[in-house]
Amino acid sequence: MGDGLAGRASELVRPYRAVLASRVRAQRAYRASFRADLFGTAVVGLTELAEVVVLFSAANGTLGGLDLMQALLVFGLAELAFSNADMLFGHVDSLARQVRSGTVDILYLRPQPLLAQLVTSDISLRRVGRSALAVVVLVVALVVNDVDWGPRAVALLAMSLVCGFAIFCANFVTAGGLQFFLLNAQEVTNAFVYGGRHASTQPATVWVRSITVIFGFVFPMAFCAYLPAMLLLGEPGAEWLPAWLGWYAPAAAAWAWTVALLAWRAGVRHYQGGGG
Amino acid sequence: MRVYARILAAGFRTQSRYLPAAFAGLLANATFGLLKSGILLTLVDDGGGELDGYTAGTMAAYVWLSQGLLGSVNIWSLPSSAERIKSGDIAVDFLRPADVQLASIADDVGRGLFALIPRGLPSVGVGVLLVGMAMPAQVLPYALGAVSLALGITLSHALAYLLGTAGFWLVEVRGLQVLYMGVAGLLTGLITPVWLFPGWLEAIAVATPFPAVMMYPIDVLSGRTTGTDALWLLAVQAGWLALALAAGQVATRLGRRTLEVQGG
Repeated sequence: MGDGLAGRASELVRPYRAVLASRVRAQRAYRASFRADLFGTAVVGLTELAEVVVLFSAANGTLGGLDLMQALLVFGLAELAFSNADMLFGHVDSLARQVRSGTVDILYLRPQPLLAQLVTSDISLRRVGRSALAVVVLVVALVVNDVDWGPRAVALLAMSLVCGFAIFCANFVTAGGLQFFLLNAQEVTNAFVYGGRHASTQPATVWVRSITVIFGFVFPMAFCAYLPAMLLLGEPGAEWLPAWLGWYAPAAAAWAWTVALLAWRAGVRHYQGGGG
Repeated sequence: MRVYARILAAGFRTQSRYLPAAFAGLLANATFGLLKSGILLTLVDDGGGELDGYTAGTMAAYVWLSQGLLGSVNIWSLPSSAERIKSGDIAVDFLRPADVQLASIADDVGRGLFALIPRGLPSVGVGVLLVGMAMPAQVLPYALGAVSLALGITLSHALAYLLGTAGFWLVEVRGLQVLYMGVAGLLTGLITPVWLFPGWLEAIAVATPFPAVMMYPIDVLSGRTTGTDALWLLAVQAGWLALALAAGQVATRLGRRTLEVQGG
C-alpha cells in the first residue's frame, strides 16, 4: 500500500521533475554567462544591503528602535526568504508577457494544474548568488546579536524562514492571478511584490498608518522577518504590531495563500484565450 | 535636427497611449514613496529635525521627486535599441538617413518626458498633500530645475544606450544589465540620498555620472542647491551628457563593423 502510494506520487511529479531538470541543465550549459548572472544577483543583494547599512549608520544609534545589527537580522531573514521565493516563483511574475503573446493557451491544454505547470516551468538558479549573500548576513547577525539560544529560538528561526518564504511565494501567485486582468498595468503588482519585499526589511515602527494596514495585515510582510526577529531579540515590536504576533506567522502565511489562490482562480477563469 | 525633434515628439505621443500602465506605475511609486518617507523622516526626526542639511520638508521633497522621476529616467532596463542590436534589426536602422544613436535616444527621451505628466506631477502632488514636502517659493529653482531635469533624463537614456551597445560584442547582456541596475540604483541616490552615504562611498558616487541623473536635478528643483552651485551642477550634468553621447557614438561606429546579422 505504502509502496503503491509512493509510486503514484513519483508518477505524479515525474513530468514536473523532467521539466525542472531540463531548465537546470540549460542554465548550467553556458558557464561564463551563469557565473556573470550569479555575480549580478549577488551585487543586487549587496546594494539592498548597502541601503540598510547607510540608513542605520546615518542614524543616531538606533532607527525605529533598532540598531544596525538588529536591523541586519531583519534584513537577513527577509532577504533569504524573498530570494528563495524569487528563485522558485519569480517567473510567475512574467505571466503578463505570456498572456499578451497568447502562449498561456498551451498550459490550459495539458492535463496538469495550471499553477503547478507554471511554477515548475522554470527555476532561476542565478538567484543562488543573492541567497548566499543573505545567508552570510543572517549568520553574522545571529552571532553578533544577543539571541537567547535554545529550542524556542531555533523553532522561531525555522518558522520565520518557512513562513516568510511562503508569504513571498503567495505574493508572486497573487500577482500572477492579477496579471490576467491587468495585462499592460503590470506595475500594480510591483507595488506589493517588490514594495512588500522592501517593507519586510524595515522596522515596522517607522510605518505610517496606511502602510501598517497594507503590509502589516493585507499583505502580511511584517510576519516574514520583523516580528520573528523582535521575538528572537526580546524587543517589544511596534504599536500595532507587538512582537508576540510573530508566533502567528503560520496563520499569516495561510491568509496570504488564501488570497493568492482566490486571485489565481479568478484570473484563470477570467482568461478567454489568445485567439490562436 | 528637425528629424530628431519629430522623433522625440513621436515618442511623447507613443507613451500617451499607455495611460493604464502609467497609473499602475504611479501606484507602485506611491507605495515605495510611503515606505521611503516613513524611514527617512524617522531618521531626520531622530537626528533632531535636521540631518546632513535635510529637514523633514526637504527630505519629503527628495522622496517624492525621486519617485516621480522613475517613469522618466531609465536606470533599470535596456533600451529598445538593445533589443534591436540583439535581433539584428539594427542593420535596418543603419540604412535610415538619421543617426542611430540620436534617433534612439530622442525616442526614449520623448517617452520619458510624457511620463512626467501622469507619473511625475501626481507623485509630487501626493508628497505636497500627504506629507507636506517643502518646495521653493521663488521662480528660479523651477527654471534651473527644468533644465536640470531635462539633462538628467537625457543622460539616463544616453547611458542606457551605451550599455545596450555592449550587445554588439556580447550575445547576452543580461548579466551586465543586472549589474548596472544594482550600481545605478544605489549611486543615482534613488535608494537613499547620496549625501547620507559614508564619505568614501559618496566620493565614489560623485566620481560617476549617476548622481547627475537624479540626485542633482532633485537638489536643484527642490531648492536645496541654489545660485552658482546650482549652475555648477548643471555644467557637470552637461559634461557627463557630452561624454556619454560621445562614447555612445564611438561604440556605435565600432559596433557597426562587428555586427553580424544572421538569416537570409
